[in-house]
Amino acid sequence: MSTETAALRLTPRQVTRRRRAAAAQRTWRQFRVNRAGMFGLVLLSFFVLVAVFAPLLADADGLQVTKATGEVLEAPSAAYPLGTDDTGRSVLTLLIWGSRISLFVGLFATAISMVIGTLMGLASGFFEGWSGRILFRLTEWFLVIPFLPLAIVLASVLGRSLLNIAIVIGVTSWPGTAFLIRSQTLSIKERPYLERARVLGAGRWHQMSRHILPNVMPMVFANTTLTVAVAIIAETTLSFLGLGDPTRVSWGSMLDDAFSVGAMTTGAWWFIVPPGVCVVLVVLAFTLVGQALEEIFNPRLRGAR
Amino acid sequence: MTTPPAELLEVRDLRVSYLTSEGRLPAVRGVDLVVRAGEVVGVAGESGCGKSTLASTVLRLQPKDAQVEGEVLVAGADVLTMRWGDLRALRWDQVSIVFQGALHSLNPVHRVGDQIGEPIRLHEPSLRAAEVSERVRELLEQVGLPRARDRAYPHQLSGGQRQRVMIAMALACRPRLIVADEPTTALDVMVQAQILALLSDLVRDLGVGLVIISHDLSVLADVCDRVAVMYAGRIVETGTSQEVFSDPRHPYAAALSSAFPRIGDPAARYAPSGLPGDPPDPRDLPAGCSFAPRCPLALDACRVAEPPLLDLGNGRRAACIRLGAS
Amino acid sequence: MTTTVVSTPTAQPLTRRPSYAKYVGAKVVGAIGSLFFVLVVNFFLFRVMPGDPARTLGRGRFKTTEQLEAFRHTYGLDQSLFQQFLTFLQNTFTGQLGISLRYRVPVSDLIRDRFWPTLLLVGTSTILAILFGVWIGVRAAWNRGGFFDKVSTGSTLTLYSMPEWWLGLLLIATLAVGVGPIPGIFPTGGLHSTDVDPGSLAGVLDTAWHLFLPVVTLTLAYLADYSLVMRSSLLDELGEDYLTTARAKGLRDLAVRRHHAVRNALLPTTTISAVNMGFVVSGAITVETVFSIPGLGLLSSEALAIPDYWVLQGTFLIASGGVIVANLLANLLYGLLDPRVRT
Repeated sequence: MSTETAALRLTPRQVTRRRRAAAAQRTWRQFRVNRAGMFGLVLLSFFVLVAVFAPLLADADGLQVTKATGEVLEAPSAAYPLGTDDTGRSVLTLLIWGSRISLFVGLFATAISMVIGTLMGLASGFFEGWSGRILFRLTEWFLVIPFLPLAIVLASVLGRSLLNIAIVIGVTSWPGTAFLIRSQTLSIKERPYLERARVLGAGRWHQMSRHILPNVMPMVFANTTLTVAVAIIAETTLSFLGLGDPTRVSWGSMLDDAFSVGAMTTGAWWFIVPPGVCVVLVVLAFTLVGQALEEIFNPRLRGAR
Repeated sequence: MTTPPAELLEVRDLRVSYLTSEGRLPAVRGVDLVVRAGEVVGVAGESGCGKSTLASTVLRLQPKDAQVEGEVLVAGADVLTMRWGDLRALRWDQVSIVFQGALHSLNPVHRVGDQIGEPIRLHEPSLRAAEVSERVRELLEQVGLPRARDRAYPHQLSGGQRQRVMIAMALACRPRLIVADEPTTALDVMVQAQILALLSDLVRDLGVGLVIISHDLSVLADVCDRVAVMYAGRIVETGTSQEVFSDPRHPYAAALSSAFPRIGDPAARYAPSGLPGDPPDPRDLPAGCSFAPRCPLALDACRVAEPPLLDLGNGRRAACIRLGAS
Repeated sequence: MTTTVVSTPTAQPLTRRPSYAKYVGAKVVGAIGSLFFVLVVNFFLFRVMPGDPARTLGRGRFKTTEQLEAFRHTYGLDQSLFQQFLTFLQNTFTGQLGISLRYRVPVSDLIRDRFWPTLLLVGTSTILAILFGVWIGVRAAWNRGGFFDKVSTGSTLTLYSMPEWWLGLLLIATLAVGVGPIPGIFPTGGLHSTDVDPGSLAGVLDTAWHLFLPVVTLTLAYLADYSLVMRSSLLDELGEDYLTTARAKGLRDLAVRRHHAVRNALLPTTTISAVNMGFVVSGAITVETVFSIPGLGLLSSEALAIPDYWVLQGTFLIASGGVIVANLLANLLYGLLDPRVRT
């Protein structure tokens, strides 16, 4: 008798886990219905798979300038489906391997941005009085600083590398997230169960991490997806301006090469169009998925698109 | 020239359904209503019974996905089938609505005076700007607000003041009929009393017809000449407000009436009041009488067919199978 | 006719002019605060460099140690950090922004010369982008789900996902260089043709012809966001009750849309455009680079090469200052449009 009841009784952690699993399932069901979101997800998966399986899809040797076998800026042919670049390398190979850099730097930059943004947002929303106000002011001030000029200055000071690009993007894009998280925190703070937690003796840290953060996470997730989109465009732009690692190929650096050798004027469209198209598709994919998630987690937006 | 009909508003067998992804949701299922000049008619019922939908059809304001059948005659002309131009001319000029929730029913970025003046400028374009402003200020006075308030924005006014603005706005084009949808909800009791007093004074002085929609039967009992009680999209009882309030025939009307305490009546303090359960889901209406699941007097026969609105004489009607027997 | 006179409960007093002035004051103070923050950031950015700042900033210019020391002294690099900051402030406000390592002229001169093309390019594009973007967004939202909505939303989303300079490259490749048998009709870059006097009428037309593709590029890039935001904020407004009130009064559909719905939907759009100013600046940099327009943007990206620190510092200051000012203007406009923030 007691073993049966013991089996039925779940620990709070198990209850939470089950509830979260059920919520995740619900979210997935709602997401599935969203056609734009699903299209974005499929597109996204395609590029992620390409990036992950790059070694299988294209020979790594194709990236080395010294081993380039094609003519300079050759038009597409059977041997080179997307032609060659200004050093004779296959554009398709560069594109496949470049996806790794573009996606990775974008994701890494987003991680930095989300960590800073979420912490700042939680803190400025949660803390009353002047500490909260100062954090909010700080967020506002950072929001004003234009991204590219700051990125250029930081890159010139810190040097050119992909890590620096990621840092620069992360450091300049967190205010948007912080504002969102802050407003979410402010509204959750007023809810009754938080007051009860406080009365029961929950400390500030406990309130923030156990109550506010889990409720904020869905919107954080949606915002993260949208931030990746922004980060990927930012990385492409910075690489285009020559701020990236000259030894690594990314879609942005390909376009930088194309621009420097005047591919527009020589009509080498295979060098200009494909990298840009990839960027557009990946960013579009992340944007569609992010918007779909936003609609799910913010019911006010539902039916409004 | 034909004499204008005595009925300002005549609703004949109105049926409204909403087309949703889950199918047809019936909101109004065959309603008849008549309002004459100088009359105050109340429509009572819980939220979801279809009374707001009914109100919206009077000016053909129902949402696009609503399917409407029946007739809504305003001074003899069917609003539901009129030409668009005729409808726009009729709106506010013949019939106006005092909407629920004044804060959201007023445009937050326009001054209150401009919003009151808007229908005047539209329906009487020959008036000069100064004349329109003067009329607006007179209307504000009529509803008990200072004339200078015409320069205020909605958020600068209190809830009661906003409701008065809505009433002033409804009077702007001197309509013959006003439909007030929950005019006193979300106002505190003192302000409620003021607003109701204002409405009755206006009806008496201006001779307009008034339809008041409310879930609060005590509000209606005070101000209305006649009351219609709605449940699940149908009218289940009509009569004078005194009759319906103190001698209800339909069990639902009885429950509504007893839900409000009568001060000074010792018997009422011990009589059971309040209804268990919830109004039926329009997607899943019960067979037979829609009130049967919650009715304390339900019989087996009640679940067979929906009882029609029976004429009990002297304008009294109720839709209960028990009344047919006598 | 009786007038029901009752004591009205107290509501907020009616004040008009004074509150907008207060709002303006608050926003201006905020802008000054942001400006100060930017100055602080600008100052510290160049002090975090490894190595001797004087040597890095004066690289390649000084042959003797005396010259280096003189340089160090002029720019206060031998003082304490706090003193340096004060010197920096003083220099900035008097227009002493350093000497360009590349061009060997004062940075302030470079900025003055390059300011006008950037303003022309960005100003024209922003105005066109707002006009078109708002129109597209309104039209798409009002007939939601219709053909125009589907096509415009798809296009604007795609434009939004596109690096604006890539669009510029494509336009150059197709319209400036020509595709196949079709010749290009626009110049591939630059602001003026060498043989035309910029001041003359022919010169003005020539400048316009050169600016056509860059303006088209930037306008398309900017309008994507305006249109998407306008569409979504109008869709939000469409659910509001006051629109039902407006229709009930007998207003035509067009009047309801214009005077009520759009008027309110402009509010979030104004806010977003304030936030977007950073993107406006970034777009200017990349598009000027791609089209070789001699403006501040091209100056910034060229300065990367050496790196030309003084120029970078100066352009960063101008860019941030510009964003702050534009932000302030957008905020002031918002205060005019939304009476709720004024009280």
